[in-house]
Amino acid sequence: MKEKQRILKHPVLDFKRGRKINFHFERKGITGYENESIAAALFASGVKVFRKSKRFGHPEGWFCGIGKCSSCLMRVNGIPSTRTCITPAREGMQVEPQSAKGMLPDKTSIQVARKEEHVQVLIIGSGPAGLEAGITSRKLGLTTLIIDENPVPGGQLIKQTHKFFGSKEEYAGLRGFEIARIMLAQLKNYKGTYLTETSAIGYYPEEETGKHKFLAVKKQNDSYQLLEINADNIIITSGANENYLPFPKNYLPGIYGAGGVQTLMNVYGIKPGNRALIIGAGNVGLIVGYQLLQAGVEVKAVVEAMTHIGGYLVHASKLARLGVPILLRHTIKEVKGEEYVTGATIIEINENMQPIEGTEREMDVDLILIAVGLSASTKIPFQAGCEKMFVPELGGWVPIHNENMETTIKGIYVAGDVSGIAEASTAMLEGRIVGAAIAEKEALNPEASQRVKESALTELNQLRKSSLLKAVAAGKIKCQQKWNEAKNHEQ
Amino acid sequence: MNNEAREVGYLTYDILKETVRLPAKERLAKGPVAIIECTEDIPCDPCVEACKSGAISKESLVTPPSIDYEKCTGCTLCIDLCPGLAIFVVNINYKEDKALVSIPYEMLPVPEKGDIVDALNRSGENIGQAEVIKTRKGKSGTHVISIAVDRKFAMETRSIKVKRKENEY
Repeated sequence: MKEKQRILKHPVLDFKRGRKINFHFERKGITGYENESIAAALFASGVKVFRKSKRFGHPEGWFCGIGKCSSCLMRVNGIPSTRTCITPAREGMQVEPQSAKGMLPDKTSIQVARKEEHVQVLIIGSGPAGLEAGITSRKLGLTTLIIDENPVPGGQLIKQTHKFFGSKEEYAGLRGFEIARIMLAQLKNYKGTYLTETSAIGYYPEEETGKHKFLAVKKQNDSYQLLEINADNIIITSGANENYLPFPKNYLPGIYGAGGVQTLMNVYGIKPGNRALIIGAGNVGLIVGYQLLQAGVEVKAVVEAMTHIGGYLVHASKLARLGVPILLRHTIKEVKGEEYVTGATIIEINENMQPIEGTEREMDVDLILIAVGLSASTKIPFQAGCEKMFVPELGGWVPIHNENMETTIKGIYVAGDVSGIAEASTAMLEGRIVGAAIAEKEALNPEASQRVKESALTELNQLRKSSLLKAVAAGKIKCQQKWNEAKNHEQ
Repeated sequence: MNNEAREVGYLTYDILKETVRLPAKERLAKGPVAIIECTEDIPCDPCVEACKSGAISKESLVTPPSIDYEKCTGCTLCIDLCPGLAIFVVNINYKEDKALVSIPYEMLPVPEKGDIVDALNRSGENIGQAEVIKTRKGKSGTHVISIAVDRKFAMETRSIKVKRKENEY
């Protein structure tokens, strides 16, 4: 079980593991590698149960694996509710599972140093939108700071092994992790700064002046620093959360979100399972299915409740010709297993989305991947007080924003999935639009800024002519209309 | 036609034939030619740039590519540059009763020249054995594998299954 889960050879990726480290989990020794997350090291060592349900006592595993849900919370060196999926494992660490609530540390008190920062642009998140916003605003002369709660920058790009669509400007033909490297090099080239393992904890404008201020906590080993970031402009690029699906025993370890599975296999080189069932034939489900095959995982089937696939035919065809059945009008009925997934039952559904009895089929799987869509990660803009709107085309609740990506709070912008679920090229272009719009407003290189913005807008409109993005375009227009209404109302 | 394919779950040969203009028999007989199995409005254009003979074009970023079969030399450069892995090159008259099919490949193990592999069709069915004639690792990291298959399967063969050697994975 143990080292077998490590991927030694991969067709596209080359895993450079750091030196071996040892830490303690429930007083047992765990060996992991430097720079890998606690959750990943535990998983690779065969630890799949991350906690027991406080109410029902059943075992639960991690789910999202990207710092967005709460299923991997543990007590780390006495600090409760630590997200083990984004906390790097370190030599000698004491890791303990916690009851659902998590007790406050009894003896330790956390020393927090404070530090103040002043920048023209604060960017929260370093995915494709955040990085591109940072590059563009630096290029146009603004002082910027990017913060990200993950140990490495790049958001979900770093775990994409497929080649991206698009045109040259959005790095078409390159793989996601390569794009992240290039963008990061560009950011460094323009002397853009970023902080990792730094979580934005809230928007607290200055009481008297109303000036923007964000509080963030920077973690480094066991020390914490409270950053008070004063910024003229804030760009929130906090990405998306994965949607969940209700079915019996959906809590069992072995049932994971697409992002978590990608992190495990493509960032840390750990096989998330041996035989997989994928729920959802949108682009995410199809792409991760292909990535699982690349990691040496058998994919038994992709099931999709709709009458047609949601993703592109080219992605589906890649899976089909490798022998993976794509079963439309099918869903998962139940999961087998007590401690973790040992199988699943799938069932056909009729046009009213009702299961058809007698069509059950047993699947011999130990991994169930849920890829049933995303919703914007809106906690930060909503805490700040940005007005919101429910836009089905954009994946649900989103902050209302205009064509410049400005929310209803002057100087606070959004870009990428937090402003409506789309894809990486859209995120990059929105990031570029925001960076340029701010530079234009701050009257730095107004002409150059306007040119950058206009050409990014033209490119974005081009992209949105594609049928999969037409709905996004419609959703964005709804948002812009609402923004105009809100502004007219103010006046 | 795309809707029909989306209801099947992938692009079948029957749907492809009705959706895109495939090379005529005469053109196929002349030698290797690219078959582009990309029928949707994906905003993407590396294939256009990949083609040194200017055979591939797109009306706009989001229209499916079209190919001038007279200009296409069957050079295989587009195969590994297509992000969707949707381009194949078919040489129907490779030798005797064999055709040479070149496909993109991103799995392990990577076969070697002379290996015998399983030829798979668009739905992943094993349609017979094939000999690996040539392998090339493209700039993008995607391999282009050229395999000799029975001529009658030239337009069906779209993937391969390579036996895993010991200690792999």
